[in-house]
Amino acid sequence: MKFCDFVTTEAIQSDLTAADKEGVIRELVKNLVEAGKINGDESDGIVEAILKREELGSTGIGRGIAVPHTKHPSVDQLTGTVGVSQNGVDFQSLDGEPVQLFFLLVSPPDRPGDHLRALENISRQLRDDMFCKFLKQSRTAADIQTLLEEADNNQFVS
Amino acid sequence: MSTSPSDSRSVTVENEHGLHMRPAYLLAETAGKFACDIEIENEDMRVDAKSALSILTLGATRGTMLQVHASGPEARQAVHELAAMIGAPFSEEIGGDTHP
Repeated sequence: MKFCDFVTTEAIQSDLTAADKEGVIRELVKNLVEAGKINGDESDGIVEAILKREELGSTGIGRGIAVPHTKHPSVDQLTGTVGVSQNGVDFQSLDGEPVQLFFLLVSPPDRPGDHLRALENISRQLRDDMFCKFLKQSRTAADIQTLLEEADNNQFVS
Repeated sequence: MSTSPSDSRSVTVENEHGLHMRPAYLLAETAGKFACDIEIENEDMRVDAKSALSILTLGATRGTMLQVHASGPEARQAVHELAAMIGAPFSEEIGGDTHP
């Protein structure tokens, strides 16, 4: 699975303004609503479900990266987006570092395989230091989109 | 006699939803308790079992055959514990209150 298979381009944000975990999740979910990928009536429920998942253990996987996610019956295909916080946000990550890069995923409950393949793709690409660094340095959504396309074309992972 | 014991074992992923983020964390956390080097291998790569991010790169679905390798102090115990986790359903929760 590639980024273009689940990342909603119109929902990418290079300048997240929220300063805490819930705020960042709300910003990204709002972007997905505005992009037409999530029903606005469901957004509160989706934010709550993502926060509930975070209570099991932070999805801050270290290196300034987090992958907040949930399953939700209101979506019929895996959808996600990417956000960058220039200042970083405390996400209770395993390594204690603030998070700058967010990959938010919402998947249908009956498609766990797609969720796993998205995680596989994200984790493989993010092991590349240059890819992480460039994403964190992105100043526009177009910059992020370009980097994701380059990653999809295997320009970062050999 | 070797001063650096090693062990390895094949095990099939039993988690219905595969090794998604939460199981990957729990495996890495367990691996981190051991001083020995521990790796998990699928048919095309071999990764550090102490890194959740690395475990996720395996994309291991249910039924995937993995090899657990350890070398160093308590290698046998490490392989035993990790293989036991992988070979049993654990931490199925992907997230959210919609899980059955």
